[in-house]
Amino acid sequence: MFACQISLSVASAVQSVSGQGSTSIFAPHGTPAQSIFGLSMLVLGIVTAIFLVVAGLLTYALLRYRARPTGADATQEPPQIYGSNQIELSWTVIPVLIVVILFLATTRVIFSTEKAQRPTAALDVTVIGHQFWWEYRYPKLGIVAANELHIPISDPNHPTPTYLTMTSADTDHSFWVPVLAGKMDLIPNKINTMWVDPQASGLYLGQCAQYCGTQHAKMLLRVYADTPAQFALWVASQQKPAVTGFSNSDAAAGEAVFQHNACISCHTVAGTVATGRFGPDLTHVGSRDTIASGAVPNTPANIRTFVDDPAHFKPGALMPPMHLNDHDLDLVTAYLTSLK
Amino acid sequence: MATQTPIAISKGDTALSRRLFFDAVQDWLTTVDHKKIGIMYIVYALLFLVVGGFEALLIRIQLAIPNNTFVSPQAFNRLFTMHGTTMVFFVGMPILFGFGNYLIPLMIGARDMAFPRLNSFSFWISAFGGVLLYFSYLGGDGLYGAGSAPDVGWFAYAPLTARIFSPGHSTDYWTLALLLSGVGSIGTALNIVATIICMRCPGMRLNRMPLLPWLYLVTSVMVFVAVSPLTAAQIMLMLDRYVGSHFFDTQAGGSAVLWMHFFWIFGHPEVYILVLPAFAFANEIIPVFSRKAIFGYPAMVAASVGIGFISLSVWAHHMFTVGLGPYGNTFFAFATMIIAVPTGIKIFNWLATLWGGKIQFTVPMMFAVAFLFQFLIAGLTGIMLSIVPFDWQLGNSYFVVAHFHYVLVGAILYMIFSAFYFWYPKMTGRMLNVALGKWHFWLFLIGFHLTFDFMHIPGILGMPRRIYTYEADRGWGTLNMIVSIGAIFQAVATLIFVYNLVSSYFKGEVAGADPWDAWTLEWSTTSPPPGYNFAITPTVESRRPLWDLKHPEDPDSNYEE
Repeated sequence: MFACQISLSVASAVQSVSGQGSTSIFAPHGTPAQSIFGLSMLVLGIVTAIFLVVAGLLTYALLRYRARPTGADATQEPPQIYGSNQIELSWTVIPVLIVVILFLATTRVIFSTEKAQRPTAALDVTVIGHQFWWEYRYPKLGIVAANELHIPISDPNHPTPTYLTMTSADTDHSFWVPVLAGKMDLIPNKINTMWVDPQASGLYLGQCAQYCGTQHAKMLLRVYADTPAQFALWVASQQKPAVTGFSNSDAAAGEAVFQHNACISCHTVAGTVATGRFGPDLTHVGSRDTIASGAVPNTPANIRTFVDDPAHFKPGALMPPMHLNDHDLDLVTAYLTSLK
Repeated sequence: MATQTPIAISKGDTALSRRLFFDAVQDWLTTVDHKKIGIMYIVYALLFLVVGGFEALLIRIQLAIPNNTFVSPQAFNRLFTMHGTTMVFFVGMPILFGFGNYLIPLMIGARDMAFPRLNSFSFWISAFGGVLLYFSYLGGDGLYGAGSAPDVGWFAYAPLTARIFSPGHSTDYWTLALLLSGVGSIGTALNIVATIICMRCPGMRLNRMPLLPWLYLVTSVMVFVAVSPLTAAQIMLMLDRYVGSHFFDTQAGGSAVLWMHFFWIFGHPEVYILVLPAFAFANEIIPVFSRKAIFGYPAMVAASVGIGFISLSVWAHHMFTVGLGPYGNTFFAFATMIIAVPTGIKIFNWLATLWGGKIQFTVPMMFAVAFLFQFLIAGLTGIMLSIVPFDWQLGNSYFVVAHFHYVLVGAILYMIFSAFYFWYPKMTGRMLNVALGKWHFWLFLIGFHLTFDFMHIPGILGMPRRIYTYEADRGWGTLNMIVSIGAIFQAVATLIFVYNLVSSYFKGEVAGADPWDAWTLEWSTTSPPPGYNFAITPTVESRRPLWDLKHPEDPDSNYEE
């Protein structure tokens, strides 16, 4: 039964390695992840060899020198050997040499990642961790987004990596999209940087990797690597001010409900009276695939449930239940879904 | 100590038997005998082992399937915080101090520890710390009506512990419990150092001392260096929370990274503080059941002292993803890798001790053999984690959880089990049941490998630690189910072990003074030893005084410088 489960799990692991949306560290899709992958294979090779040698010797010794209940010398003690300086020296020097090899290989990857030459065409994004969502600011493009990070793919001949400048608004968080790069922590009062350069377009997944409070588990990461054309389109759409002057009367009424409730003290909808900074920017919330930091798909029903009681999807989320009546909930849902 | 006077108790004389019962309780509560304090440490740690293990079971039930709702996120966060804190501070430390307390005076031919009253104080203050920690389930909400047991994780990173993020008193219970446990640990460490330096019997020079006291000496010195910063940090945290200082309060300009440094300058040596006593047990048990002297005694001592020193400069390998910069990362990577060398020396010396011996697979030896293999694997995954870029991927993932459980369970707990089977006869005068011991061993072995071998893989597949649930589409479900099934095996095995401890106390085979035909001084006195340990203070001429007695034609003293 276990063998069956093992082979199943290995099969599913291999499948997820080859597919998009994988979170396996052995399915690298960018330079930092690839250089880590190369180093890991070297290290895995060395430690496997050490394991085979030492475990082999141990097994041999245990079998060869087990006490045998019968025989001429069964009751006699074996010869007492107290030690040997030559042998001690050899099993000190050989591990030291292995350590030197590992250390040099490690140093090379540390410096090639942390001290990489920054191309002029690199895109800057500021990542701010919050309990329990991600804020993305594009300072040169004038865009503020949340929870879904859009970046351009990087052509190795004309690299356009994305440099992430990271900090936190509250507790410690960690940005980990395993197929793109290793993780980097977001720490209040500290600025960290990392870079990613996916070469194939698509969606890359990850999640917060530093315990940050009740909803650490549902602080999911979604990175959309866009082709240059897709990215330009996305930038243009995000730079537009929020939709106003709705043809749909429900959405217009919902806007009024939104602006007359506490929503605006935490959320921004650019160009309106909603200028709160505590929660995610909602200017283009309708254009996102998910809500609640990737916890559920962005559907009108899910938005309605979330506004009614955020704890339904994310117990411990800092947004309070809004206590709107059913009619107002419908209106606010109509408003938020139309903020494309 | 009061010697036990045989008194004939007539049936029905309840007043007298009740008085005897209270006499016994009073004797245990007020004792300053190192053996009784040692046993109290051990029993106390075993109680918490069962509690911490139960918490682990609840965690595994919650994680067995994706998006499970067995416990709430809040309850889950308390569970992993309490599990980690309990296992490190109220199982690992007291059980190792318990064995140390019991064995060190016996092994060095002393009649008690250097400071018997300090010994008693240290035990009771640590014990109070553990009780305080668990009282948080009742008292954590305090005056604020918020909070319960601590939920900030066992390393309690700032600023999650600041009052704004952790209202109520839950974090205060954690802080005070660790503060008290730290005071107790420093007291016991002081006692062990003083005992080993000053109380050795005639003839026992440092280079004739058995390896167990040697390793406890190194561990105890490390306790001074490591536990003090933790205690200081707890006081700073209290000041932050109640006096308005800003050491770690990032909202007012404090530093979250400062806490990490304070915590891990304690936290990493702590791992070695826990593992060195486990090595110490292996150093005594493996030679006895290989029927050979330990191979390379001076190298073993040097490696232990080396580990002690190097372990003080590896703490920031817990912080490779914090943004220390390439130079800091490189230094701590090197320090971490180089500690593999003395550790390797130990494994090779144990191997050489087995080599050419006559290996007896008794229950303690079975645990020790499993320890050797499992510690080898734990060391190798440790090397993988010391490779900084590899750690950028593996750090804070389930791979790390699997790695350190391989150390804490696969190595340390296995050697603790081994030590129980080995020294239980000395402590109680009765052998542990062998059949139950084998059931315990094999069930625990199956459970351990189901749980902790498979736990590495979700980490490689991107599963971070400390999440109360996970997405169904990540391919982690089957693996987590296997991990959880293993936990049940371990729980059953542990229950068998506890049953064996209790039933063998009453019904076990009588052990005699030296059931294993061993060589160190504790086996030269009766089982259990009298209050004064040795009627005549022993005199030794080699590292294995009982070998010399049993083999007068070929004593060790002929070969040792």
